[in-house]
Amino acid sequence: MADIIINAKKLTKTYRLFAEDVHAVNGIDFSIEQGEFVSIMGASGSGKTTLLDMIGCLDRISSGRLEVLGRDVTTLRETELVKVRRGNIGFIFQDFSLISSLTALENVELALYFARSLPKKNNAQKMLEKVGLGKRIRHLPRQLSGGEQQRVAIARALATEPRLLLADEPTGHLDSDRSQEIFDVFNTLNREDGLTIVVTTHNQKLGLQAGRAIFLQDGCIVSKERSNLFN
Amino acid sequence: MNVLSLAYKNLKRKKIRTALTVMGVAIAVGVLVSLMGFDRGYQAALTRDIDKMGYQLLVTAKGCPYEAATMMLKGGGGLRYMEEDIVKHIESDTRVDKLTPQLVATEYDPDRLDGQGGFVMYMGISDSYRDLKPWVTFKAGTWFSSLNADEAIMGYEAAELEQRAVGDKIFIPNINKVLTVVGIFDRTGTQDDGVVFLPLQTAQTLFDLPGQLTGIGIKLKDIHTIGEFEEDLYNVPGIQVISMAQVRGTILNLVASARVMANSVALIAIFIALIGVINTILMSVFERTQEIGVMKAIGASRLDVFKLIWMETLIICAAAGIIGNVIALVGSGVVEIILRKVLPYAPSGSLVLITPQFLASAFLGAIVLGILSGIYPAWRAASMIPVEAIRRGE
Repeated sequence: MADIIINAKKLTKTYRLFAEDVHAVNGIDFSIEQGEFVSIMGASGSGKTTLLDMIGCLDRISSGRLEVLGRDVTTLRETELVKVRRGNIGFIFQDFSLISSLTALENVELALYFARSLPKKNNAQKMLEKVGLGKRIRHLPRQLSGGEQQRVAIARALATEPRLLLADEPTGHLDSDRSQEIFDVFNTLNREDGLTIVVTTHNQKLGLQAGRAIFLQDGCIVSKERSNLFN
Repeated sequence: MNVLSLAYKNLKRKKIRTALTVMGVAIAVGVLVSLMGFDRGYQAALTRDIDKMGYQLLVTAKGCPYEAATMMLKGGGGLRYMEEDIVKHIESDTRVDKLTPQLVATEYDPDRLDGQGGFVMYMGISDSYRDLKPWVTFKAGTWFSSLNADEAIMGYEAAELEQRAVGDKIFIPNINKVLTVVGIFDRTGTQDDGVVFLPLQTAQTLFDLPGQLTGIGIKLKDIHTIGEFEEDLYNVPGIQVISMAQVRGTILNLVASARVMANSVALIAIFIALIGVINTILMSVFERTQEIGVMKAIGASRLDVFKLIWMETLIICAAAGIIGNVIALVGSGVVEIILRKVLPYAPSGSLVLITPQFLASAFLGAIVLGILSGIYPAWRAASMIPVEAIRRGE
């Protein structure tokens, strides 16, 4: 049995909105093993992104217990959370979130710099080559298509050789062909490198390509078979 | 990839905004350096002028001491007159080393400055003038043949201005007198350069002031006796004594009040520049909220973000420090022209003296400004919670 890389017990995230408590994630239990490719699916507002933020140590949990990469992050503050995610967790965002003034290569190198992984500097070019952008490393984000920008974001997330890759709606701004290309990259990374990947998506066709799917509704995990959630 | 290159590239994104912010600080730095340069330059020039007068005390007819001091610096004496007999009285004092009587007069010459007209300053002097100012040498010609000869010695600039040479005849309008130029002094760097010197008795005759003087310059054997000597002369009726240290103090006091005001303006300019830098960087931080969130997500610590934003502020202020110094160096000529027009008395030589120490301290000051103004925006950026920053930017 593979190591459990993420373990959540009664995980809850509550926001205060207009004097009322809103449970974005409502007491869920789940675990993810190393080497799994998991998609988190659900309609808008179902709590996918909130859940991913907590798994990625970007947001603190309100109650329950959460272990990430073997570390209990339940009560950690931001200064400690950054140490957990630094170099260990790669992030991909819906809108690519590249630094517009930096080239593709520099964007990837930046992740190495902040992750204190500059000795792995060669990784930047290597990862860009791996995602098929070896000849476009000197291009600024505005000189790249949406699909290419997302591939730069993938290279940035992979450059530090993380143990966990988190992608929040990575195909939200892409057409179906480019979206499939991104998922093909994820499948390859998972299959060939054994990388643990967690992806949120509202695209059922893509989400079901993952090894396992977690369906969310109103902050709770619901049955995997309930594909009519997206109707 | 490092903080410096990232900060530089961030600033390059908004070139005009960055350039305007840099110029705001640079102008403030430039003004401050110019003012510091003026403060130093003016004092140095004034001290040099006074030292080159060759005497420590000036005796003039009673009147406004400031007017007398200014007139003295402008050319040798206040335009009030005293009896020549006083020279003998002072000369008899054993504490006196040397003294030189002077009679200053001005005449309007309509032909001066290519027909624009202007005043010519004449100064009657005696042989003792050279005793007190042994450094004054001749560019051409020689000393007067006698103390009542119809001769003139021209200061360097006066001769240059009128294109005079030894042997030329000069005409004094209103008096209708022609004098022969027998000598031209070398440049002294003082107001004497613009004066036409006449033998004392000739001046007294020409200007119809027989036995009259406008001033007596006195050099004492021992500078420490200046206080008691001044006290003694206060008892002599009809005259006043001005020490050159007092003249210097009086003029510097007058200039000091103007300087305080100018420094206040410069400090306000720096304060405004500081606000401008904070505003620019803060605006840039807010615009890049999502980017900062992403940086934190990919591993940047609070300190990393703080350093990045701080570095941007430092780059702006360091660039402003350099440009401000260049502005001060290039603009000091303009400042000098303006100051010469507005100051009651402007000594000869350079009025604005910008030293390497001023430039270095101005640059360091700009860096300190950068350090201070960067703290708040950098703290705001560093305090952002990653998830909130990322979502707020979406």
